[in-house]
Amino acid sequence: MTVEPMNVKPDQEGKTGFLSSVLGKILLGIVIVSGTAFILWWGYNFLSANNAPQIVQIPVAILWGVGGVALLYTVLNWLVEQLPRNAARVLQPLIFIGPAVLLMGWFLAVPVFRSLTASFRDSLGRESVGLENYIFAFTDKRMLETFRNNLLWLVFGTSFSVGLGLLIATLADRTKAEVLYKSIIFTPMAISFVGAGVIWKFVYTYKGTGYGINEIGLINAIITGLGGTPQPWLNIPPWNNFFLIVIMIWLQTGYAMVILSSAIKGVPSELLEAARIDGSSEWNAFWSVIVPYIKGTLITVTTTVVIFSLKTFDIVRVMTGGNNQTNVIANEFYLQSFTYNHAGRASAIAVVLLILVLPVIINNLREFNRGRKGF
Amino acid sequence: MAAKSYKAQKGRSSLLVNLILIVICVIWLVPILGILITSFRPSTDIFQSGWWTVFPHKQYVQSGEIILPADVDVSGPITIDGVTHTFEEWRQGVTMPDGRYLEWFGNRRTRKLTVSAKEWVGFATGFNLKNYEDVLTGKTITYIDGNGQTITRKGNDLSRAFLNSLAVAIPATIIPILIAAFAAFGFAWLNFPGRNIIFSVVVALLVVPLQIALIPILQDYVKLGLNGTFLGIWLAHTGFGLPLATYLLFNYISTLPRELLESAYIDGASNFTIFVRMILPLSVPALASFAIFQFLWVWNDYLVALVFLGGGENQVVTYAVASLVGEKGQDWHLMTAAAFVSMVLPLAVFLGLQKYFVRGMLAGSVKG
Repeated sequence: MTVEPMNVKPDQEGKTGFLSSVLGKILLGIVIVSGTAFILWWGYNFLSANNAPQIVQIPVAILWGVGGVALLYTVLNWLVEQLPRNAARVLQPLIFIGPAVLLMGWFLAVPVFRSLTASFRDSLGRESVGLENYIFAFTDKRMLETFRNNLLWLVFGTSFSVGLGLLIATLADRTKAEVLYKSIIFTPMAISFVGAGVIWKFVYTYKGTGYGINEIGLINAIITGLGGTPQPWLNIPPWNNFFLIVIMIWLQTGYAMVILSSAIKGVPSELLEAARIDGSSEWNAFWSVIVPYIKGTLITVTTTVVIFSLKTFDIVRVMTGGNNQTNVIANEFYLQSFTYNHAGRASAIAVVLLILVLPVIINNLREFNRGRKGF
Repeated sequence: MAAKSYKAQKGRSSLLVNLILIVICVIWLVPILGILITSFRPSTDIFQSGWWTVFPHKQYVQSGEIILPADVDVSGPITIDGVTHTFEEWRQGVTMPDGRYLEWFGNRRTRKLTVSAKEWVGFATGFNLKNYEDVLTGKTITYIDGNGQTITRKGNDLSRAFLNSLAVAIPATIIPILIAAFAAFGFAWLNFPGRNIIFSVVVALLVVPLQIALIPILQDYVKLGLNGTFLGIWLAHTGFGLPLATYLLFNYISTLPRELLESAYIDGASNFTIFVRMILPLSVPALASFAIFQFLWVWNDYLVALVFLGGGENQVVTYAVASLVGEKGQDWHLMTAAAFVSMVLPLAVFLGLQKYFVRGMLAGSVKG
């Protein structure tokens, strides 16, 4: 059942006051709209002029950005509510979804077609080169290497992040120190990929062998402590890819855990109690009650982590720069766009990335339509 | 009865559960502990020994040396204090039966061996904030590098980058959430033509990699003069974050109890009033948890900041730390301190807002 938005405000204006009230509304409208426009315009000029010290500039920027959006919604809605009821009913959804649709269109939907066009053009986007950029994307040795590496990221990164996240969320839910455990696992989430790069570079670092050299990297110190030989871990293909994937797991498990944990907490305790009273073990209760209940969240989390793994860029960029056979699609895209300035090839790589996530898109749509019976 | 046996079972298994979690947590924490400790160590120590040596441990301390007399033949196996080894073995180092550790110094002709013994070394001292001072200021700094050379250069001015990150992350968190909440309410509660199709597009956009947009949007930004501005990066983060924000908030808002909203409509409230007075307050748990993730993603983002904001005056923390790693790849004292500066705030935000993850919030507000 759908609720019809009803505007049952009683019509208070008598016929005599009708004209003056319309005029008043129009005047008020002009004042409000021009006032809003002035505030936004003044803020924009203040910020672009960049004269004030940083400590003033930043609060103004935040206030202008956030306040501006809130103000725009309020004013637009006020304007629509002044219109006759039928017109308002048609226009109001536009106010609610319009800004989101416009922004998503500009930043994501339209660029799909713009990149598609650019992918058939040369490095400057001028002349058509047919399929040349795609032939590069699917046959170049470097590109084939990025595909292999991204596959490793996708399979191992995703399965370990989500699996570990679910395990920790479920286990922590049964302990007294839950908050502490979860905070610890989540901690890496609070660190940028770049910061994580610093942390793990320090774990993997290698100083070489020789007289008087102490390894300062954790792994090599453990290896030498056990009598082994230190290794330059990030320079040994193909294993260096796995050492990089470990960083992603370390970062993303916290994300999966927090989302899954809040979903697990949403499982009605009566359902679990019922299962327990029926004599099912904790293991069975987990698979027959918790997992089905949080299935939607699991899908969302897995999808997000899959996309993370496909778009992997920062870690590789900071740790190895894509050298020693650790290159990934997003890094090659970055190199083609901003280092080699080849817009055609870069766009083709972006389109390939899109094609790779197409199954996820289709699956998402199917899942969404299936779950949306009462929409 | 049944509940009792469950409790008993819980008691037995909780030890194992806690043990597993503790092991995982230790693995998770050790890398961070490493750079936390390192960030407070003097730069000369960092290059000479691992961070774990700050804890009490046994290590070889040189106690003297042995000079072999000139008449000892060093071309074949060499006997010292009754122990015979080849030159190569002596050079690798030999533990003597009495516990001393002998190691040949240099080549055969030096005839010199260093003698060391294992001794306890206590907690390291000399922790200081110099690394933090060095990365936070824009002033000239000096330090001693791994080769013992004194280096002088400009500091990294991370405090400015920190404020820039705030200026980027706060609006880039609130704006998309606000816009997405409006849209989610529209999709969940308002009737308009094309609703299903538009929302399907949103779902499809969830997974579109932002790489597809970088080149076209950069072209637009250059034309509009938005490149390198805060407004530009807010819009970019909003555009890229909106599909997920809208989708997640829709999932939440569409499950709010319909009776609540119906009674509000009957009372004559407008859509806007209902949204501001009821939907937003009721959605606080969802808004807060999404806000945490969006804030973290924006704060931790490197790619979007790299493309649309770049270096210079408006550079953000991730950019500053990344250029530290790139430019001076082995300056662990600066990198570790900088990495810590970059993670202080997001961590505080998560710990501060964690209460929003407590279950039953919605149920409580409907009942009350």
